[in-house]
Amino acid sequence: MIRRAKEQITEVDPGEIHDLLPDRNGTVVVDVREQQEFEQSHIPGAKHVPRGHLESRIEGAAGDKAARVVLYCASGNRSALAARTLQEELGYENVESMTGGITLWKDRGYDVEVPRSLTAEQRERYSRHLLVPEIGFEGQMKLLDAKVLLLGAGGLGSPTALYLAAAGVGTIGIVDDDVVDLSNLQRQVIHTNDRIGMPKVDSAEQGIQDINPGVEVVKHQTRLDASNIMEIIEGYDVIVDGVDNFPTRYLLNDASVRLKIPVVSASILGFDGQLSVFAPYEGPCYRCLYPTPPPAELAPSCGANGVLGALPGIIGVLQAIEVVKLVTGSGEPLIGRLLLYEALGTTFTNLKLRRDPDCPICSRDPGEISDEEMGVFPDYEAFCAAAG
Amino acid sequence: MRRWASFPTTRRSARLQARLSRAVSTVKIPPVLRASTGGEREVSAEGSNVGEVLNSLADRHPDTKGQLFGEDGALNRYVNVYLNDEDVRVLDGLETAVKGEDTLVILPAMAGGR
Repeated sequence: MIRRAKEQITEVDPGEIHDLLPDRNGTVVVDVREQQEFEQSHIPGAKHVPRGHLESRIEGAAGDKAARVVLYCASGNRSALAARTLQEELGYENVESMTGGITLWKDRGYDVEVPRSLTAEQRERYSRHLLVPEIGFEGQMKLLDAKVLLLGAGGLGSPTALYLAAAGVGTIGIVDDDVVDLSNLQRQVIHTNDRIGMPKVDSAEQGIQDINPGVEVVKHQTRLDASNIMEIIEGYDVIVDGVDNFPTRYLLNDASVRLKIPVVSASILGFDGQLSVFAPYEGPCYRCLYPTPPPAELAPSCGANGVLGALPGIIGVLQAIEVVKLVTGSGEPLIGRLLLYEALGTTFTNLKLRRDPDCPICSRDPGEISDEEMGVFPDYEAFCAAAG
Repeated sequence: MRRWASFPTTRRSARLQARLSRAVSTVKIPPVLRASTGGEREVSAEGSNVGEVLNSLADRHPDTKGQLFGEDGALNRYVNVYLNDEDVRVLDGLETAVKGEDTLVILPAMAGGR
C-alpha cells in the first residue's frame, strides 16, 4: 500500500527542503508524526498536523490549496500516505512527501528544533495552573525558569518557600544562618519537630524537596552583609524579603536597586502585617518610603517579638502570590502600593506609595550607586543596644 | 443642602460649620505606638486638618507626641501619615484638610519576618 501511495505522489529530497531555509519561499513544511515525536525534535519552522488529524487540521497549517506543501514523518512512509490523502481527497494541488523523513534529515547533519515541553509528570503536577488562563503553559514555563531568592527561612519564608516550590519555581535560593529551634515551630511551617537543631537552609531544602523534588535549592548559610550581598543576589529574578532588621532592609534595597531586581517585601508584628513590591525604577523603593530609619525605641526589630503563628502564613502566601504574578507577568503586582493587614479587626488597607524624586538611591542611575553608599545606616550594635 | 448654602448664614448653618470644623476622624495606630495609646488600635480624634488631628491624639496620649513630631513640630521623617490612602506629604502635609469620617493611618517603618 505504501509503495502504491509513493507511486501516486511526488517525493522530494531533504536537501532541497534544507536549501529553501530560512524563508522557504512560501513552501509549507508539515510534520505528520504524533505529538510525542514532534515534541522530541522537528524541522525548524515545521507545522505540526498528526496524520490522524489531517482532515480536520490541515487547513489551519496550510490554508492555500495551491501552495507547495511538503510533508514529512520519521522515515517517509506515513508522509507518503498523508500526501496521497491531501492530493486525492482534500484537493491540495502541490503536495510532496520528503524521502527518508526526519531520520534522513538528521543523518545529513541538518539542524532540528527541540521545542520546550512539560513532561507527563509536570503536566499532571501543574494541571491546575495550566487550566488558569493567566498562567497556562507559558506561565508555567516561566515559573520553571524562574530563580527566586528567599531572605530567611523563618516565619514569612516558610510558607513562601512551600508555595513557590509547589508552584514549580525552578530555582529557590535561601539565605539563612540560623538553626531550627523549638520556638520556631509555632509558625515556621517548613520545619519539623525532628529537624530541631538542623540548619534552617537544610531543613527548608528538605521541606521543598518533599513537596517538589524538581526544584533546585541553592543554600546560602550566611547572613547578608555589605561584603556578600551583591554576589548572593545577582542573577535572581525576584527577591522575597522577610528580614527582621532595618540595616539589612536598607542594604537589600540599595543592592536590589543597583541590580534592578524587584523585591517582594513584608513584615509582621503581633497581629499586624504589611506588604509591598519594590520594583526598581518602576515604583518607589524602600528609601522613598522611609528615607531614614526610626529611632531604636520605635524599632522593635532587635529582640524577640510576639507574633500570631498564622500571621506569617497569610502574609508569606501573599508574598508568594506576588512572586508568581511578577514571574508570569499577570495581574497588577503590588507596586506603588502598600497593603496593611490587621488581623484582630480583620481589615485590609491599601495605601498609595510614591517615588521620591529626591530619593538618595533610586533617583539616580544604578551605575552611580557606589559600594560605599550601600546600606548606609547607623551602627547596628549601637542601634540595638539603645533599644535595650 | 445646596439651596441652604445660598442663604445668609443662619444660626443653624453656623452650628453645622462649627461641628464640621471639629470633625472627628479615626486614627489607625500602628503596633509600635500602641503601648502609647493603652493598646488601642484605633483612636478617634478631632481636628479640621491633619496636624490638628494628630495633636489632638498627642494631647490625649502624650507618649505619642515625641514619636510623631520632631522638636520643630514637623512630622518625623520615619513616620508616614496617610489620609485615607494618600500620603499627606503629597497633599498639604499637616495642613491637609480633614473631614469627618476620614481615616488617618500612621505608618512607621516596620521590620520583622521571623
